[in-house]
Amino acid sequence: MDTTIKKICAGDIRTASRLIRDIEDKLPDAKAKIKKLYAHTGKSFIIGITGAPGAGKSTLTDALISEFRKLNKTVGVLAVDPTSPFTGGAILGDRIRMQRHAEDAGVFVRSLATRGALGGLSQAAGNSIHVMEAMGKDIIIVETVGIGQQEIDIINHAHTVLVVLVPGMGDEIQTMKAGLMEIADVFVINKADRAGARQLQTELSSMLNLSPKTADGWKPPIVMVGNAFDPATFDENTAELAKKIEEHHLYLQQSGMLTERMHRKAMTEIKDALSACLMEPVMHSLVTDGDLEKIAEKIRNRKSDPYTAAEEITEKFFRKQAGK
Amino acid sequence: MYFSKEMQEASLKLTRKWEDEVQKSLKNNPDQKERFSTVSDEEIKRLYTPEDIQDMNFAEDIGAPGEFPYLRGNQVTGYRGRYWTFRMFSGMGSAHDTNQRWKMLLREGQTGLSTAFDFPTLMGYDSDSPKALGEVGKCGVAIDTLEDFLVLMEGIPLAEVTTSMTINPPATVLWAMYCAAADIKGVPLSRIGGTIQNDMLKEFIAQKTFMCPPEPSVKLISDTVEFGTKYVQRWNTISISGYHIREAGATAVQELAFTIRDGIEYVEDVVRRKQMNVDDFAPRLSFFFNSHIDFFEEICKLRAARRIWAKIMRDRFQAKNPRSMWLRFHTQTAGCSLAAQQPYNNVVRTTVEALAAVLGGTQSLHTNSLDEVFCLPSEHAAEIALRTQQILAEETGVASTIDPLAGSYFIESLTNKIEEETWDYINKIDAMGGMIAAIDKGFPQMEIAESAYKFQAQLEKGDKIMVGVNKYLSNQQYPIPLVEIEEKVGEEQIKRLQEVRRKRDGKSVKTSLDNIRSACKKGDNVMPHCIDAVKNLATLQEICDVYREVYGEYRDPGLY
Amino acid sequence: MPERKIRVMVAKPGLDGHDRGARILARCFRDAGFEVVYTGCHQTPEQIAASAIQEDVDAVGLSCLSGAHRVLFPRVVELLREKGAEDIAVIGGGIIPEQDFSTLYESGIKAIFTPGASLDSIVEWIKTNIKPH
Repeated sequence: MDTTIKKICAGDIRTASRLIRDIEDKLPDAKAKIKKLYAHTGKSFIIGITGAPGAGKSTLTDALISEFRKLNKTVGVLAVDPTSPFTGGAILGDRIRMQRHAEDAGVFVRSLATRGALGGLSQAAGNSIHVMEAMGKDIIIVETVGIGQQEIDIINHAHTVLVVLVPGMGDEIQTMKAGLMEIADVFVINKADRAGARQLQTELSSMLNLSPKTADGWKPPIVMVGNAFDPATFDENTAELAKKIEEHHLYLQQSGMLTERMHRKAMTEIKDALSACLMEPVMHSLVTDGDLEKIAEKIRNRKSDPYTAAEEITEKFFRKQAGK
Repeated sequence: MYFSKEMQEASLKLTRKWEDEVQKSLKNNPDQKERFSTVSDEEIKRLYTPEDIQDMNFAEDIGAPGEFPYLRGNQVTGYRGRYWTFRMFSGMGSAHDTNQRWKMLLREGQTGLSTAFDFPTLMGYDSDSPKALGEVGKCGVAIDTLEDFLVLMEGIPLAEVTTSMTINPPATVLWAMYCAAADIKGVPLSRIGGTIQNDMLKEFIAQKTFMCPPEPSVKLISDTVEFGTKYVQRWNTISISGYHIREAGATAVQELAFTIRDGIEYVEDVVRRKQMNVDDFAPRLSFFFNSHIDFFEEICKLRAARRIWAKIMRDRFQAKNPRSMWLRFHTQTAGCSLAAQQPYNNVVRTTVEALAAVLGGTQSLHTNSLDEVFCLPSEHAAEIALRTQQILAEETGVASTIDPLAGSYFIESLTNKIEEETWDYINKIDAMGGMIAAIDKGFPQMEIAESAYKFQAQLEKGDKIMVGVNKYLSNQQYPIPLVEIEEKVGEEQIKRLQEVRRKRDGKSVKTSLDNIRSACKKGDNVMPHCIDAVKNLATLQEICDVYREVYGEYRDPGLY
Repeated sequence: MPERKIRVMVAKPGLDGHDRGARILARCFRDAGFEVVYTGCHQTPEQIAASAIQEDVDAVGLSCLSGAHRVLFPRVVELLREKGAEDIAVIGGGIIPEQDFSTLYESGIKAIFTPGASLDSIVEWIKTNIKPH
């Protein structure tokens, strides 16, 4: 076995984090490694956490890490923060709230920047999950950015999706608009000691009652989580949350829904891989040959149109492939 | 109307004429830059005229010293009866080292003591905690138990000297040690005087020396207010501090607004939680401001502070006692304005800042030493800093008359502007549901980070100047001697602590810690139990661990 | 398109909470196009070293204003070395007297920036001296 793969399967953090970086940076070698790694993936339970900024996602992630560690499960965390569209840089600050676990060998927290991806994750998220799976993590928590309106990429990667809401943030309507209602397997009303928490709960449950029965027959529970600074209540609430997550996991297994979700995930992966294998090399050669500029000029001058240009490019690409 | 109609007209006419002259002159002699602004980026006009203060009402807005709105000071007689307190912040190494430095300062004419604790003490850890690695005695004195504290206070007349202690999360513990020390020395609690900083909100906002979450932190503060009001009447139980907010990069207005809003939060909590009448405790609330390098802005900030607080106490809290409306404050010159390059220039900066504090009417002052950008002050540097205050007081004549800049078109206009902008912030935080809610949202933290970043960018572009840093650089080095705290200070402190742990009665320590725990759980006042515990030689961390256990630990929410 | 992005970590070891400089630096690194992991205040050397490895950063910038740098900075270097991550460069900033420089350099600190160092000079140093892994 390839030493990288061997080390990752043995849980080596240094090697794993480096491969994640190669994936992020799209190094050609990364693809080859993922191919070899793939057979070792697919055994972890993956939890997605999404919700508006300031909803307390990182604090909840931190609390869930503690809960799972109490059960002796190893945990991987991928925390996604936005890349600045102006400079390409990013401040990755989610791990600040998880630093008490920094020295725990059973916990691996890795921050990712979106690098222009719009769905609340990074393009590297899917394969980074695989790296953590290959490491043998029992549970992988993926925390989304929380700034977009369409943060639903997470459903293509996670088994159980948590949607975090906070009273008084006007989240209710935003949530519905953003399609977050449909993706939630578990709702969390965080900072539930604040005014408006009960009302939010009532509204949410009546919305859930009104909505047509979900395809999988699961009714998303609503878990109230109190102030993180009231240790007794908070610990009790997050334990309850961990329990609900586990219930959903069991339900997925027993109802056969897990297979369906894994299938959906496989579909996404093939789409992503296709895009990487087709789109990226095409774009790469267009840019390096300088053709992209020329084609853009033609389109600008109305000497061509985008569709004709795309057809020409595709045809040329396939001819070249066939000739190889 | 501030000025008569005739004067107003005459002024307008002259101003118009002057404006024409300016336009002519600018053609040949352009300004050095397009925009002139204070260090807080508050835009400043070329000239201020009667028009700028025409809307003021003399009696209501300015008034007389010792009268509402106290713009011109709380004291009827100003500094003539008594200068401000020369209070130099000091503390280093072991309790014995600090005690020696204090005695030197008192001999040299300092009139009040002010204690700097090291970081483990400030954060509620004992010197032998793994968290204390490398920190013991470095930035101040290390105190673990009452034994250390008694060494610190050895030969200090507790009934005569007032002591300020810069301590926040473990304020109850250190104050309990002070009370216990007084008790042991036979000085009644009603005779001792001083200040504990005990302002946790600004820690969440700016300085990040935190332990428990905001809510229980404020509860502990209210406990001290209640205990002080009943038994230690000469003690200032909170020093509501803007200093650190400013050092973290806030503007003058942000410093003022967040500090005053913190003050409102504390008053509300005491009134609600302890069912106390505002006039019973408000006279003992004190404040602590920064005096930065922008001379006039600082004077105006301090003047505005008094007027705003007076209005808040009268109108928001219906205080009746004039002393409740007094904003009494200590000032420290701005550490962040000092430069590591050409350090002797820091004496000049500190002098200007100290002068601003005096013209702003401070009650007490710390002047930074020229070497404070590097380390704890050396004895010589600390003496120059103290002499700076003495020269201002005794030689320059600035203390001879009250609020000498009042009535200046510029000063009054800038004072008004700072006040207005401060109210905007206060209203905004009120709308968020108060300061704890605002902190929870990260509002003040982000506002400060934004200002800090903006100033740094201006400095890098050369829009703001620091001599020796981004202009007038020099290769000539005049090295200054630096104080170094040896690592062995920590080792010895740990030995002493372990000795105390060995010889004390473990059973009574446990009982007294249990009593604190149950007081925390029941919501009772912790102070009597703390005094009891420190007398039994419970350590600082043991008591703080009880707080952490019952109230939980606050962690940096990591906003940027 | 393959492109190695510089990843750095900004960390505050020790108990002092004066994070003004650390925060400004984090923003400045972001504006220079780096990915910056920020750990927040009050970190132990153990937490910092473990985090640096988990995040696969090229460099760790330590900021300390309490005087504890003499003990804490070398400890971070030592821990990284123990974990086989000596290729992660450790640089330091804060109130550091010149007399401490030689000991810190000897312990493996790669660069020291004291008050007054311009942000540009720090970014430039990283761009010149740090080759991404």
